[in-house]
Amino acid sequence: MSVRQGLLALLATEPMYGARLRAEFEARTSGTWPLNVGQVYQTLTRLERDGLVEAVGADGEGRISYRLTEAGRAEVARWWLSPVDRETTPRDELVIKLALAVTVDGVDVARVVQTQRTATLRHLQDLTRLKQRATASHESQDHGDVDLAWLLVLENLIFAGEAEVRWLDHVEARLHREATRPHRRARGIPDDTPGSAPAEGSVGTTLEEAQQ
Amino acid sequence: MSTDTILRLDAVTRVHGRDTTTVQALDGVSLEVRAGELVAVMGPSGSGKSTLLNLAGGLDAPTSGQVVIEGQDLGTLSKDALARLRRRRVGFVFQDFNLIPSLTAVENVALPLELDGQRVGKARRRALDALRTVGVDELADRYPDKMSGGQQQRVAIARALVGDRRLVLADEPTGALDSHTGEGVLRVLRERCDAGAAGLLVTHEARHAAWADRVVFLRDGVVVDSTGTPERAEALLEQTS
Repeated sequence: MSVRQGLLALLATEPMYGARLRAEFEARTSGTWPLNVGQVYQTLTRLERDGLVEAVGADGEGRISYRLTEAGRAEVARWWLSPVDRETTPRDELVIKLALAVTVDGVDVARVVQTQRTATLRHLQDLTRLKQRATASHESQDHGDVDLAWLLVLENLIFAGEAEVRWLDHVEARLHREATRPHRRARGIPDDTPGSAPAEGSVGTTLEEAQQ
Repeated sequence: MSTDTILRLDAVTRVHGRDTTTVQALDGVSLEVRAGELVAVMGPSGSGKSTLLNLAGGLDAPTSGQVVIEGQDLGTLSKDALARLRRRRVGFVFQDFNLIPSLTAVENVALPLELDGQRVGKARRRALDALRTVGVDELADRYPDKMSGGQQQRVAIARALVGDRRLVLADEPTGALDSHTGEGVLRVLRERCDAGAAGLLVTHEARHAAWADRVVFLRDGVVVDSTGTPERAEALLEQTS
């Protein structure tokens, strides 16, 4: 997601200066995606250039606050109601690693899978502990919406971890099936090892042989 | 062995069948669950999870190796002594709750105590205590068919840990529940372990296994990995050096 949309959404509540925008963004996402203040000011400059925000003057300490323009409000409304774009597939190191592992000789794929699964479970254990604490805090006192936002972020990370483990389980099961099914030669190259050549007209006839 | 070890499996092997048609369900599995600890076992079907749980609860005997519950080696016990130990020390929680339909919640929980010879009044008091710890004491006089799945599972956890029982063996306890209710049940199980019980949880759901202190991965009857805590790994290094 772009920092741009996030800042616009926050400015819809009230005018804010850069450092405060950054603090609000991090509080609501519990610092899961930290911003640096330079990034915030750079984004504000661009938003001002595009006519989506305008400066409302400096406070006593010289901090310039920004507020949304009409176009900015329309942009925020449009963002809430548009689906998040999933078209650009983010580069996922794990997926790339496994895709390479099954194609490169000499890699113990089962071990790659298990190492990752253990690490992801450990991560899930940490997240679950955080969630337990956040749930207790949410139920006992009223930190209200900030606690709720943190819980939602945590649960998203838990679902993502769970999905990763499920995918790893699936990879493992598929590799197991591949290893146990009768070996098929790529592109129908006949196997000329003595004793293993299929009998003529048998089910094992390759496409190439059938065409001849 | 430290004194707070509730369950210990030592190089446990279980072979089903005989002669040429044998299946090795478990192969040299060692595992320890201490008081205050919840350990999850994850693995695909056929990996030996259920065999492990049955052995841990004394419902099945290993082909070789030892199963020790609160210091008692199950292999050395007579049939009667084993049955007594199971009644007094071990509780099971199943996917389909397994409450007796003709008994109320409190009667279900009191049953193992009564079977063990405790007087009805005392058993009932202890059963009510157990129901309170899982937050369903107001349902004491209700029958299972008048309770939700989540409530029934809480009653089952209360029954598993009633009286002096400290070991709960849970086989996919959230399998029949929706995700929110299932999480509530795990929370109760976690709380009971935090209060001193020892739990062994079999599940294939990573999100549920993540409630455990340690997750053990079982493949083809062998422990292939575990998410041991760093302190534990250090302790292990000290022991071996």
